[in-house]
Amino acid sequence: MSTDQLVKGPGMLLVWLYGVMSVGAVSRSVYEIATRFDEAPLPYSLSAVAAVVYVFITYTLVRGGETARRAAFACCAAELVGVLTVGTWTVLDPDAFPDSTVWSEFGFGYVFIPVLLPVTGMMWLRRARRVAPVS
Amino acid sequence: MLNALTLTVSLAALALAAWCGFAAYRDQPTKDWHFIGMAVVTVLALAQLVVGVVRLAQGGEPDEGTVIFVAYLVGALLSVPAAGFMSLVERSRWGSATVAAGALLLAVLEVRLHDIWWKG
Repeated sequence: MSTDQLVKGPGMLLVWLYGVMSVGAVSRSVYEIATRFDEAPLPYSLSAVAAVVYVFITYTLVRGGETARRAAFACCAAELVGVLTVGTWTVLDPDAFPDSTVWSEFGFGYVFIPVLLPVTGMMWLRRARRVAPVS
Repeated sequence: MLNALTLTVSLAALALAAWCGFAAYRDQPTKDWHFIGMAVVTVLALAQLVVGVVRLAQGGEPDEGTVIFVAYLVGALLSVPAAGFMSLVERSRWGSATVAAGALLLAVLEVRLHDIWWKG
């Protein structure tokens, strides 16, 4: 095993959570966009964006290595910005959201995991850099 | 859906989550007994899937649609085994924590399954 693996210790739990969010967000947005995109284009598109971000982070975490770690870190930051932006947007302008997204109300429908996940992810990815190079 | 079965699966999943969460708290990896527990919970989730499919075959109509209903049934079946396999790779407290998270997810999925089936 390489020393720059990100899937070890807390990273394993993180990959599980990101994997679950990927499966959830992807199936949700595929279903929504395929069956009733016209009803609420904005929320469904944003759910699809969230899905792509989750899949990419899961992939980079599993792949490991310094480049992947940086990419995952940047995506977690983008994810946090997305959650906060969409979350605030849904609170201030509910009319734009006839249906909710994964990131609506800061991830209320997903037990607030969407807002907690990127923060824990970034903490782990920072620590992974300090611990990793011992080869 | 069978309410009694949904409740049984949920409670068993919560018990498994507490058990593995305790192992993580005590800094222990998952052990054989945990895997027997996961097997029991998985068999219950499989029974739930069978009951759900039989109900559909009998002409039952889930409130939020058949596709979503079946997707949740399959997700519920897979959540604990997937976390179990990951805990085989990660032989530390974090493997136990992953199984606890998988079991919690199963409990949440059971609640959602109940919502999807019933008009409410």
